[in-house]
Amino acid sequence: MKPKALIMTGFGINCELETEYAFKLAGALARRVHINELIDRTKCLDDYHILSIPGGFAHGDFLGAGKALALKLRTKLNAEVQKFVKDGKLIIGICNGFQVLVKSGLLPGLQGDYSSQSVTLMRNSRGRFEDRWVSLNINHASPCIWTRGIDHIELPVRHGEGMFFTGKETLRELEDTNLVAARYAGPNLANAEGKYPFNPNGSPNDIAALCDPSGRIFGLMPHPEGYLHYTNHPLWTRLRDERKREKLPEEGMGVGIFRNAVKYARKNLVI
Amino acid sequence: MSSYEKLPSKEGFDVLIEVGWKPGLTDNAARVAQEAFRDIGITLGLKDKISSSIQYRIKGVEGADFEQEKIASRLLANPLVQRWYISNYSHWSDVGVPHTLARASINNPPVIEYIDLAAEPEELLNLSDSSQWGLSRQELQAIVEYYDREGVARRRVGVGLQKIPTDAEMESLAQTWSEHCKHKQFNAIIHFRGANGERCDIDSLFDTYIKGATKKIMETRPWIKSVFWDNAGVMEFNKDWLFCLKCETHNSPSNMEGYGGAITGIVGVYRDPMGTGMGAKIVFGYYGFMVGPQDFHGRLSPPQHPRVLLERVRKGVEDGGNKHGVPTPYGRVFFDESYLGKCIILVAAGGMIPSRVNGKPGWEKRVEPGDLIVMAGGRIGVDGIHGATASSRPFDDTTPAGHVQIGDPYMQKKLMDMLLEARDEGLYNFVQDNGAGGLNSSVGETAGFCGKKGGCVLHLDRAPLKYPNLNPWEILVSESQERMTFAVPPKKISLFQRLARKHDVEVTVLGEFVDSGTFHVKYGGESVVYLDMEFLHEGVPQMELNAREEKRNIFPVPKLGEDKKYTRVLIKMLSRPNICSREYIIRQFDHEVQGGSVIKPLVGARSDVESDSVVIRPVLDSMEGLAISSGLNPHYSKISAYHMSAMAIDEAIRRIIAVGGSLDRMILNDNFNWPLPLNDADLLAQLVRANQALYDYTVSFGTPCISGKDSMSIDGFIKDREGRSKKISGLPMVQYLAVGKIEDVRKCVTMDVKKAGDIVYVVGITRDELGASEYFDMMGAVGNNVPKVDGEKAKIIYTGLNKAVEEGLVASMHGCYKGGLGVALAQTAFAGDLGMEVDLRSVPTTGVSRNDGVLFSESASRLVVTVAPHLRGRFEELLTDARYSCIGKVLESSEFKVIGIDGNVIIRSDITVLKEAWQSPMRY
Repeated sequence: MKPKALIMTGFGINCELETEYAFKLAGALARRVHINELIDRTKCLDDYHILSIPGGFAHGDFLGAGKALALKLRTKLNAEVQKFVKDGKLIIGICNGFQVLVKSGLLPGLQGDYSSQSVTLMRNSRGRFEDRWVSLNINHASPCIWTRGIDHIELPVRHGEGMFFTGKETLRELEDTNLVAARYAGPNLANAEGKYPFNPNGSPNDIAALCDPSGRIFGLMPHPEGYLHYTNHPLWTRLRDERKREKLPEEGMGVGIFRNAVKYARKNLVI
Repeated sequence: MSSYEKLPSKEGFDVLIEVGWKPGLTDNAARVAQEAFRDIGITLGLKDKISSSIQYRIKGVEGADFEQEKIASRLLANPLVQRWYISNYSHWSDVGVPHTLARASINNPPVIEYIDLAAEPEELLNLSDSSQWGLSRQELQAIVEYYDREGVARRRVGVGLQKIPTDAEMESLAQTWSEHCKHKQFNAIIHFRGANGERCDIDSLFDTYIKGATKKIMETRPWIKSVFWDNAGVMEFNKDWLFCLKCETHNSPSNMEGYGGAITGIVGVYRDPMGTGMGAKIVFGYYGFMVGPQDFHGRLSPPQHPRVLLERVRKGVEDGGNKHGVPTPYGRVFFDESYLGKCIILVAAGGMIPSRVNGKPGWEKRVEPGDLIVMAGGRIGVDGIHGATASSRPFDDTTPAGHVQIGDPYMQKKLMDMLLEARDEGLYNFVQDNGAGGLNSSVGETAGFCGKKGGCVLHLDRAPLKYPNLNPWEILVSESQERMTFAVPPKKISLFQRLARKHDVEVTVLGEFVDSGTFHVKYGGESVVYLDMEFLHEGVPQMELNAREEKRNIFPVPKLGEDKKYTRVLIKMLSRPNICSREYIIRQFDHEVQGGSVIKPLVGARSDVESDSVVIRPVLDSMEGLAISSGLNPHYSKISAYHMSAMAIDEAIRRIIAVGGSLDRMILNDNFNWPLPLNDADLLAQLVRANQALYDYTVSFGTPCISGKDSMSIDGFIKDREGRSKKISGLPMVQYLAVGKIEDVRKCVTMDVKKAGDIVYVVGITRDELGASEYFDMMGAVGNNVPKVDGEKAKIIYTGLNKAVEEGLVASMHGCYKGGLGVALAQTAFAGDLGMEVDLRSVPTTGVSRNDGVLFSESASRLVVTVAPHLRGRFEELLTDARYSCIGKVLESSEFKVIGIDGNVIIRSDITVLKEAWQSPMRY
């Protein structure tokens, strides 16, 4: 049986179609489900193995990115989501979804607390929304399931509020426990060291992605569902000869992230 | 942010300016806050009200109050739609910011009034003006005659109306017959007299040239599925999908309020494809901003400084597109002083419809008698009243601000999600945008598709309002945004309503469609409008206009000395406002959402040079794509509107060819923006010429216009510093959008050089065509030799190059546009991070005797192509019938070297220097 992935939709979420397509490519049975269908119980979160909160502008970002949707999850679906976490299932929040995860307390989940907010994502240091591709270094010491086997990946960022922020102690704890799953990288695959545009938003320690201590809940600002085919890459017309020579796959690198989750779910969650 | 709370401010500040919306304008943040309150279980009462504002805390401007007021009113807020409060730190820490809510309300109960038309024509005209109906003498006469018809009076009395019109009927007619909706100038009879004395009578520019050309082209293009009756034109994408395209102008509202105008424009134009056929999913948006110079500091004071205006319209499209989940991958920005009076703000959108929806063709739709009128989306307020009539007028002090609105992409995204689901579940028979003209237009037009005669019974008192006490006529013509009209069969209505609840969209049944031939509108059981469908939609009298073309060649032939320091000249050209990089705008639009980005707006080794066009894959499991571009250059209309129009067509097409598109499956969309030609026979003649070019070249290229738009009032009256009003008319222009089907996106190419040693070709002939060029403009001249398009020669070039791309022979390809060959070569080189050496003696030319002519002439249909040396033979074979030449090669180093026509090196520079010149002017 294929693992089942729930792609949350509605209220201004807008990357639901390509996220659904990503999970399909990765081998999951992907279903788009409106938040209200979960709230009114016509659909049941319990039936799924993977929950994905896609990118977009939930509630137009008007009260701060992800804030109003986080509030909705906390007030309308808290028991279901907490059970989902407890059952050892997988959650990914991409861009706006990442903002929802941190603002609802599902990330970073320190000390087993999945309902208090301890970190946030703020307005980019340059104060504006930007669409550009970034390089990411994956932290191998991280328990993150979603990034397994990947060293380095290039993905688009498309956000105005992606600057990570937390207190000094929490930051140290995140670093000590390797919950920083990926960092923005500079030209020579070294970390960006805060340098724009490699680190596009001014995040401290070049933080681009976080996971919880179990490695099952994952949030990132860049869009892995934005790189499902090689022609998504900004330099693909320049890499034609290399592609031919090395017989590179058609698939974009973003699929790998979803495949990791599907593989894990197939092994551990699907009965 | 709460105004009550004094948020901590460690650093302190000198001045605090808090900016919020005026009452009655859509406050999106407040709406969302209201939803959040509902989620946490707090229900707000009717008297409760939320409004939002932004606090700017400013350091270092401790100046006089005057300066603070200026910062607020000129920079941070637009007095037309926003209000502000100014405080300083000490005052703020004592009392904070006084708390005032933006609350819109109307106290007078709604009324229905009758209008007596028994008056002299002059009086009627005055009444039309003061009521903002914008009806002409001829139109008023037609209305008077209609009400005098015997049958009309009898039937009106039968439904409880007096014989004379109600206010709602006059508003309904005025709106339906407005220039904005009826395009009366494009449908007029024009008595044309050309400069050489030739005469002809044109019965509708639209029918003769636009529709005429498209119908002719469609004879050999069966994949064009639907044109000229629906909200957007439709073509076949592949066997499973249709593609549709529509553009809009939002000049008038944007001119008064850039943010509101642009966001309402972009979000509004999405509703055209959404309401096309059985309904489309929007796959891209487009922008075109034509504004005054960014550094303008002349004597005139436009309502918004061009720099502020550009930033506000940019922000409007950013919010409208990004928050709707629609990529905005392509657009244009153009500067000219003539757009100080009124700016041109263009938007467009493309959408995808399944080829078959519930077993029927996706481009078709019909209303069945008995179907329910359902309004979905936003509520109705007084906003936008008289939008359709106001946008058809010149801008002056009396232009009502009421037609400026703030669009809400978040609400509309919910509406689109619902629409697509309802479509696939077969819950409606018909869908229509509810935009300019509101319910009157949306329901009125939909009613025309019901049965044989069309008709409806519409109950205005059932419409959900933002606040009570709107008059019936106001509910009818209000243009409150984010609404669509559906025709829902009664047996499907409960499923439709359930779906709406799921998507958090408000839907209301407002009556039913009937086959009565009458547009019947009621309020509280009483009739308020009772008009024959035929009169309402077909009764507007055809205008009759005279066009008389004046002799051209009006500019002195410039005798310019040659500035032989060409390195410096090229650097200056690259820095020109109409040539330099617009990266800061492009980056702030999400151009990749939906996952189908193939050729991005910024390409090259560092992904920072503008692509000729963009390519998307709208269907993720297919390798087929759409290339999107546009062509425009208003400067050419200084010399000839015919060639301005022709050059724009050629440019749009060439941009598609440059990434690998083909003439075999390409469509266009026309967007005319003209100063009011009613009292200017030459201006009207130029409009005729631009249409003739449209006919000639779309037929020649086989690229039909499947949709279009016209805005016939690019005029503004603005004050100078002494308060004197001055009329400024914008340069007439046509923008053409081009969309080309790409069979396999993996074959697409980009404009950046790829490898040292590759051969540089110029394809196409360079002529002595510096007229209205960027180079002449820089030299303070206009000239007369405007570039002309040779359609047949261009076709040979475009077909050959398309074949070369298909065979994988092309490393890079870039068209020559503004700034000609010189600018194109420099961009091609610095985009690929490699140098280039070229010899102008090899460039194919006709009648060009100087280096500046070769470098900067803007002759049509030319491209710079680089090809790997081993592919040279086959590449040249494919271009046998075209004029082309190898002019140099790509270098390993970063040197950019040009040998002039006398054999000397005339340009020696470095690509980093050239790129910096191109990037720096607008690196905001």
